[in-house]
Amino acid sequence: MTTTTDALAISATGLRKAYGDKTVLDGIDLAVPTGTIFSLLGPNGAGKTTAVKILSTLVTADAGELRVGGHDLAVDPQSVRAEIGVTGQFSAVDGLITGEENMLLMADLHHLSKQEGRRTAAELLERFDLAEAAKKPASTYSGGMKRRLDLAMTLVGGPRIIFLDEPTTGLDPRSRHTMWGIIRELVSGGVSVFLTTQYLDEADELADRIAVLNDGRIAAEGSAEELKRLVPGGHVRLRFTDPAAYQSAAVALREVTRDDDALSLQIPSGGSQRELRSILDWLDATGIEADELTVHTPDLDDVFFALTGGAAVPNQPKENVR
Amino acid sequence: MSTLSLAVRDSSTMLRRNLLHARRYPSLTLNLLLTPIMLLLLFVYIFGDVLSTGIGGADRSDYVAYLVPGILMMTIGGTVIGTAVSVATDMNEGIIARFRTMAIHRGSVLVGHVVGSVIQCVASVVLVGAVAVAIGFRSTDATALEWLAALGLLALFSLALTWIAVGMGMVSPSAEAAANSAQPLILLPLISSAFIPADTMPGWFQPIAEYQPFTPAIETLRGLLLGTEIGNNWWIALAWCVGLTVLGYRWSTASFNRDPK
Repeated sequence: MTTTTDALAISATGLRKAYGDKTVLDGIDLAVPTGTIFSLLGPNGAGKTTAVKILSTLVTADAGELRVGGHDLAVDPQSVRAEIGVTGQFSAVDGLITGEENMLLMADLHHLSKQEGRRTAAELLERFDLAEAAKKPASTYSGGMKRRLDLAMTLVGGPRIIFLDEPTTGLDPRSRHTMWGIIRELVSGGVSVFLTTQYLDEADELADRIAVLNDGRIAAEGSAEELKRLVPGGHVRLRFTDPAAYQSAAVALREVTRDDDALSLQIPSGGSQRELRSILDWLDATGIEADELTVHTPDLDDVFFALTGGAAVPNQPKENVR
Repeated sequence: MSTLSLAVRDSSTMLRRNLLHARRYPSLTLNLLLTPIMLLLLFVYIFGDVLSTGIGGADRSDYVAYLVPGILMMTIGGTVIGTAVSVATDMNEGIIARFRTMAIHRGSVLVGHVVGSVIQCVASVVLVGAVAVAIGFRSTDATALEWLAALGLLALFSLALTWIAVGMGMVSPSAEAAANSAQPLILLPLISSAFIPADTMPGWFQPIAEYQPFTPAIETLRGLLLGTEIGNNWWIALAWCVGLTVLGYRWSTASFNRDPK
């Protein structure tokens, strides 16, 4: 991979933004190679949307060297706008007019000819399974339909760089998978995607590179595999109500993490059937009967606890079990 | 594409969008027409005889002639409340954020609203004017040139109030707030010379009534359509129109160019 600016669809160095005395982005660096999906992962309020707003020219940054599509954001925002498409967290469709009128509005604003505009609109409506609802006001669409229309509108101008701000938040599982399919298709067509999400599995599923944003800073960056190595592995959690039973179990099972306050023990486990069976056999053999047994697989929370120390969060292991 | 042709093209796209909204959902505009029409009928048919005597007229038809220019100006004030509401609604929609991230002419969103609003104002004035004619309003001696000047004045006044209303819509957090802050635009005619001559009002109040934007505009329109004395009202009216337009334009564009939250 080259590191020249031209090979990067998006690059940011020292991006800062504060609203009043609240710092939202505290000097972050980003690099998105052309033709890849980059995911900014973080909890609500981490600053994901602010980053998208800045990189998509909606809001100006307080500081930072920012380039999108080879253009300097501070110097030439209008050239950046010509390269990008933005699909926001809240659907940016005009609810008062129909889906088709929304599409034709975009075609007009991209200065397509009448004929070309109609053709593009019809094609995209068909592709996003909206042809049937095309003549209905967009305000009557379901959440999933609105997101699809939103994305279809973004594609009218054939953008080379697409920002997707939490494209699946609030969608049902089926719509979510449809959206994933659409996003994969886009990238196979050569566009670069900047995706924000609060779901680890979504980033895992789609992104080439993931940056974890926490409290205005990049806590970690890498491929999904690299990030997962930072996360404590899965475990089986045994909870007891009787302190005596808890104590004897803790003594019998040596390689466990103890949580004396919650009377619970954690046994490292990948969560596979085989591993579970061996744990159960082990428990039976030592005569331990827990009141509750839960299987815990790594998720976004774990990434954050691993990356931030998790000091402020109760009921979480304070050390890695692996 | 040159900057100018880009501006014209994008603005007319935005205008089409706004007119489509207005055509699809006419209830807002039509509701706002009710106030001037109700007041016209109320003042003519219920209070008309007394007020006619008050202005030194012979019968009710003299008062119809007196009242209509004021009602027409009031119609503009009412219609632009709708403009403030639709701008405020629009600014809260994600679609505006989308427009801001597109390589379109920056001002086209506002220009679309403004031109759309002026068109709606003129259409509203024509509708209310038709009601006025139906209940007996006639221009006594207006020449073609005076009619043209009257129309020009109405359009200019519409433009001025529209820009102010757009500014109000821009800074309002919600449609309700926009409707409230634009309320004075339909109430100001009540303390102008629309219903009774300013010189019949209490002495301390006369300067307020005489120099607020509506009175000079109404007096000029009255002069053009009915041949009454215009005096220096025409240039005061023009000054108000230009002043409010510049003020509203500056205010609106400054708030549009500010970073959204």
